[in-house]
Amino acid sequence: MDQDTQRRPEKQPSGKGERRNFRRRRPPVHEVRIFTKYAPRKPVDGRRLSCTNDTTLKTEQLLELYRYLKLTRLVEERLVNLYRQTKIVGGVFRSLGQEATAVGSAYALRPQDFVTPLIRDLGAVLVKGIRPREIFAQYMAKAWGPSGGRDLNIHFGDVNKGFIGPISHLGDMIPVMTGVLLAAGMQKKPIVAIAYIGDGGMSTGAFHEGLNFAAVQRLPLIVVAEYNHYAYSTPTSLQTLVRDLAEKAAGYGIPAHIVDGNDIVACYEVTKRAAEYARRGGGAVLIEAKTYRRKGHAEHDDQRYVPPGEIEWWEQHNDPIDRYERYLLECSAATKEKLAQITADVAREIEEDCAWAESSPMPDPEQAAYGVFDSNNVPPALRPKVLER
Amino acid sequence: MSTAIKKEHKSARPERGGVVTFVEAIRQGIWEEMERDPTVFVLGEDVGVYGGAFKVTDGLIDEFGKERVVDTPISEGAIVGAACGAALMGMRPVAEFQFIDFISAGFDLLTNYAAKCRYRWGAGIAAVFRGPCGSGLRTGPFHSLNPEAFFMNTAGLKMVEPSTAYDAKGLIKAAIRDPDPVLYFEHKKLYRLPRLREEIPSDDYIVEIGQARTAREGRDLTIITFGTMVLTALDAAEELEKEGLDVEIIDLRTLAPLDKPAILASVKKTNKVLVLHEASRTGGIGGEIAATIGEEAFEWLDAPVVRVASIDTPVPYSPPLEDYYLPQTKDVLEAVRRLAAY
Repeated sequence: MDQDTQRRPEKQPSGKGERRNFRRRRPPVHEVRIFTKYAPRKPVDGRRLSCTNDTTLKTEQLLELYRYLKLTRLVEERLVNLYRQTKIVGGVFRSLGQEATAVGSAYALRPQDFVTPLIRDLGAVLVKGIRPREIFAQYMAKAWGPSGGRDLNIHFGDVNKGFIGPISHLGDMIPVMTGVLLAAGMQKKPIVAIAYIGDGGMSTGAFHEGLNFAAVQRLPLIVVAEYNHYAYSTPTSLQTLVRDLAEKAAGYGIPAHIVDGNDIVACYEVTKRAAEYARRGGGAVLIEAKTYRRKGHAEHDDQRYVPPGEIEWWEQHNDPIDRYERYLLECSAATKEKLAQITADVAREIEEDCAWAESSPMPDPEQAAYGVFDSNNVPPALRPKVLER
Repeated sequence: MSTAIKKEHKSARPERGGVVTFVEAIRQGIWEEMERDPTVFVLGEDVGVYGGAFKVTDGLIDEFGKERVVDTPISEGAIVGAACGAALMGMRPVAEFQFIDFISAGFDLLTNYAAKCRYRWGAGIAAVFRGPCGSGLRTGPFHSLNPEAFFMNTAGLKMVEPSTAYDAKGLIKAAIRDPDPVLYFEHKKLYRLPRLREEIPSDDYIVEIGQARTAREGRDLTIITFGTMVLTALDAAEELEKEGLDVEIIDLRTLAPLDKPAILASVKKTNKVLVLHEASRTGGIGGEIAATIGEEAFEWLDAPVVRVASIDTPVPYSPPLEDYYLPQTKDVLEAVRRLAAY
């Protein structure tokens, strides 16, 4: 790891000379470190923000990243349209302004690795190979959606693709992913996993219980903590007193990184390093991604709690797609025409997938009774007829 | 102070079958399933070297190693969540709550994750969540719970509670093989009760989930019960026999899903029913059973369905208080006599 960029190399008393008589059962816990090599930087000389140059990504990978980034934003924009047409049964949750964190981090994994996203990590779901049609069908509560209309948005999973969807209870997926990795260890599968969390979700007991267990078991769990400034309407200052969420890693004896969450290249590079560290037996890692939620909790939210000008500042100066386009053009990885062509391809895919989802029927009502238990063991919970003999 | 603790089969593979106590029967069941299926593993607090607070998992770590007998932090959320995650990967975890009272600390993940996962996206959680339940041992408000009613209203969880050594082994094996989450309650009063020592078969048997058993055949009225209250009911039935009353006892064994055919068959046979359970009366499983009988066998009844259960308080510590809290044999006798005379 990058020793030179540690934030706090506070030396502990070495303890040499006080040899202890008892034998350690475990190797000593490593020194707690926070790496800041890819943390947000102030722009130099009024130059507009771009992305880090320190990358091993090849041109075709850079363009694939761009595709996922645009796919995420445009799928969400399409969802908003569907919402306004009242075609969506529940709420629509946006990741506008923070798409780079989910896309860049998930892209750093291998295909067999796992992710468990939160609602603002649609990008990670798409990178794991879930098609937009599944997302559209889910949001529209259609029969062809992966949960057959039983659950909302990204609340589903595909274990073969390494995607385990979240539930609404924040923090719960941290212990669940710990169990996935515990099992993978027993099965000798060399996988790592990302569990996403936010500044709000980190206040839950489940987050603590799960990460603590993963840490003591030395499991290759990468927790990506998105500091996006708001949990529904509550600012981070009312969630926690720490300045950086990365500081919380010290409580678990694990290393942490702070990354500019709106720099997709930095998100990729940091996660790649964390995954390598985890995969070679280092154990759990916390990555704090500094970003900003430009939309409300869901589409209905009027964001009255946001100070005037704040959203506009992030939109004008720190949009992850603007920054990445600037980067791709500056380093000649792509031309404007190439980017426009990728965007057009993405738009076409979305059209096709949305049409497919709209053509799905709604679920057969009686399907509500099926699937609580394995049907070989327990019959469906059909509505009983009262006083029927 | 002398510590005359008799250890059962410390570090040695238990025999198959033989004469066993209730706790030995559970251990045999887990042991055999771990031998049979490499995906079965145990996790919980102090389940490893220490063998669990009640020594249910004693010796497993020596046989199967710490990779398959995982000591966890004091963290029921981590235990339940990790069991769910491991089950998604095709493992069959057997998770222990040190006392079933602590199931409340894992309630969220049990009711929201484990219970709903198959329904939401078809991913069944094949996991067992087991632990010592029950009162009567002077263990106070936090080590005496009977939690079944908390989970009766949650679709997606199965619940079993054996009352014999034979069923204890057969049900733990069935629970481990079940494709859905099973809560397995062990009344801690039964673990080493000499009365429950019995010879169990050496062959690989299971007791199917969802099936009640008739603990005592009778003609005059039915007591529907489970767990340690089966013994209370048997004691009462013996006394009542002297008075000329022939009591049938249904031991539910599975609390969810309830064996309605067995319940209704006994109602139609005896026409009078008393439901007996150890948890508090209001909102208890007895109400659900009584309502089912009222809806589906009303014209077969010669008397109202009555409930005998604990009073509506937390479980108190001091012996006279706890004895008042719990239904005693005399309470059952009194209720049965009134019911018979109705």
